[in-house]
Amino acid sequence: MFKYLFARAEDVPPGTAAIYFGFSSIVWFVIGTGLGSFNASKLAFPDMVTGNEWFAFGHMRQVHVHAVIFGWISMAFAMAMMYITPALGNTKLWSEKLGVWNCFLWNLGLTLGLTVLWAGMTSGREYSDFPWFIDIYIALCMFLPLATNVWMTIIKRRTQGIYTTNWFFAASTFMVVIVFLVGNAPEFFHLTGLTEGYLTWWFAHNILGLWITPVAAAIAYYTIPKVTGNPLYSHRIGHLHFWSVVVFYSTPAAHHLMSAPLPEWLKSFASVEGVLILVPAIAFVSNLMLTMQGKWYMFVENLEVRFTITGVLMAIPLNMQGGFQQTRAINWYIHGTGWIVAHAHLALLGFSTFLEAAAVYFGLQTIMRRKLYSLTLGNIHFWLLLIGFTIYWVSMTIAGLIQGAGKIYEVPYIDVVIAEHPYMIARWIGGTMVFTGNILWLINMWLTAREGTVVPSGRMPHELAYER
Amino acid sequence: MAFREYKIGARMFGLALASSMFITLVMPTLDIRSVGSTDIALDKQLAAGRETGFNLDDPFLLGKNKPLKVLLHADPKTNAPLDAPRYVYVFQAGTAFPSGILHPVTLGENQAKLSESQGQISAADKTVGAVFAVAHGAIDGKEYPFIENLTATRGWTPADILQVSKDEDVAHVGAGKTLFVREGCWWCHTLLPEETQDWQVFGAPPALGDFNGESPTAFGSDRKAPDLLHVGSRNSSREWLMMHFFNPRLVQTHSIMPRFDYLWGKTDADGHPIDFDKWRTEYLEYHDGKRVVPPEVPTYAKDSEIRYLIDFILSLK
Repeated sequence: MFKYLFARAEDVPPGTAAIYFGFSSIVWFVIGTGLGSFNASKLAFPDMVTGNEWFAFGHMRQVHVHAVIFGWISMAFAMAMMYITPALGNTKLWSEKLGVWNCFLWNLGLTLGLTVLWAGMTSGREYSDFPWFIDIYIALCMFLPLATNVWMTIIKRRTQGIYTTNWFFAASTFMVVIVFLVGNAPEFFHLTGLTEGYLTWWFAHNILGLWITPVAAAIAYYTIPKVTGNPLYSHRIGHLHFWSVVVFYSTPAAHHLMSAPLPEWLKSFASVEGVLILVPAIAFVSNLMLTMQGKWYMFVENLEVRFTITGVLMAIPLNMQGGFQQTRAINWYIHGTGWIVAHAHLALLGFSTFLEAAAVYFGLQTIMRRKLYSLTLGNIHFWLLLIGFTIYWVSMTIAGLIQGAGKIYEVPYIDVVIAEHPYMIARWIGGTMVFTGNILWLINMWLTAREGTVVPSGRMPHELAYER
Repeated sequence: MAFREYKIGARMFGLALASSMFITLVMPTLDIRSVGSTDIALDKQLAAGRETGFNLDDPFLLGKNKPLKVLLHADPKTNAPLDAPRYVYVFQAGTAFPSGILHPVTLGENQAKLSESQGQISAADKTVGAVFAVAHGAIDGKEYPFIENLTATRGWTPADILQVSKDEDVAHVGAGKTLFVREGCWWCHTLLPEETQDWQVFGAPPALGDFNGESPTAFGSDRKAPDLLHVGSRNSSREWLMMHFFNPRLVQTHSIMPRFDYLWGKTDADGHPIDFDKWRTEYLEYHDGKRVVPPEVPTYAKDSEIRYLIDFILSLK
């Protein structure tokens, strides 16, 4: 990477930034899920590694969260943007060199940020735990260069219209910078009290709603038509999805605080808007399901399609939960329980990870012009992810329902802890399976780069048969 | 080419995002801003100080530059006993003042008026320090809490207060809350009894005005352990908390809480070094049934991090 940082712009081969972003994202995924698995083990066996500040749960929990959100998920997004945006504009990336710098600064900033978090230097605000100097770095040195590259590539495109995926990329890269700067205002300007509490969750909601969810969906809008060869079922439904994300997904931040003292109008408004999240969700899922018409055999045979469609299918339970669990009638039961933890993993590890994994698989093969080294390893990765996640989600959902029952029937808390113990072990096993799968993925992609069969020019990787 | 053909779309997008930001940011902020502080909010910000998350006064979250909450039994000038002991908040020279002192508008309209006129908070000077207390006054026949700057109204200085106070009456609440944030207690323990039936077990849920001036609010979202907002009313035993923090399994066999023995530091209350390895070996023998009683938990030094944290936990009434 370092040799390209100071190379002349024309000497940086197209796709370089995407390759670096792709491999970085996989490495951060391994780190992030490894930390998750270790954290989960501490909830099951609290005396395992102990008496050491550096391995204390309270120091590592937020490192796991930020490694997967800003390492794995966001870098996989950046990787997808680096190759999908120019491909859809029939052009090259605006600046490959900016992309390489962006990847370098991203890894540097994230390493620094996670180190200070691990050391306990935290703002004490969930999801915006990074101290404010890291927040400024993330906005200006990580997201702003990315947004610049995406926007300039779209502006300089050589097609007349802009495809659905690129609307989402353009809008999300713009919105994420705004969300970062506004959502962290309590740290920049020392806002206090309920304003601070509310803005914390405004940030948390919008980083998911205006960054992770739309970009993940946008990736699927590219992968499925590209790999299956079917055109997107409906451009119009894509419109509906896009506009309903902007209008409905940006408003329900207060539904994260349904049990907290906030103005009642705000909670009611957020709750209604929260149910309307089903509009973009239904538009997205139905559009992609219908795009698959006649190509469902690829769900079985093709790894990228299998990953993407699994992620799309997970959007159904995700949004059914998301739309209704925040209404007062249900929220009073499951608020603050493991149910929410399960839901958050359904969004990030289920829905979004499966879509991005497909984009990284497909993108790295396409750019490196190498066929995936081993379908067997790919299959094992897929099933470890899916089974590990399912074990995690089912066990945490049950644990959450137990906690909810304990809460409303006023069970002594320690009895809830005892009842949850088996599910904490199951959660750790599930998380460890995901971690193991990701190590295999890293090996598989590394071997693809080294040993994968060269894809002949004029051919796409998925047109070649798998060899192993 | 650019975005010319997307002129309408781009404007619609701007309009949609701007309206959504107006409804979700401007309207709630204006509404929340009009909420007046309760006694609890004043106590919280005076006890915790300006900021208990990352800040330049205390970048490594060690609990530096934090006020002290002191239970005062006697008038520090005359040494005459007070009618009833009262809490005062001691900001030694250089300690940052909380939001309500720097920006009284955040206290709420009437609270700010009283704090400035009767409480004389604008006379407080960070370079020499100040002593504050929560007082009550009336505007138009209605009672409001306000912040009184005792340094201005009574001439009590931080040094006066600390001179007449015993160590057991001094609570390092601000430093303790910093540790609560740094050690991630709030990942499992919420500070927010829910507005459901929680109040029967964990006490009353907080009111709108209970948060003015607090940063971070850190009420937590994922409750893997009991709510702590009123824990000081349920359990006020320092000895129990000490054992619980050193190894939670000593007092609660099934607890999954991590050990916080590293907060004891290197030495105990008498200045003897703490031998953690020996303690753990003996604890394992107890755990395996080879000892009848567990080893003694060392008493913490009075300036140890665990003392700060326990002070904060006990202040949660």
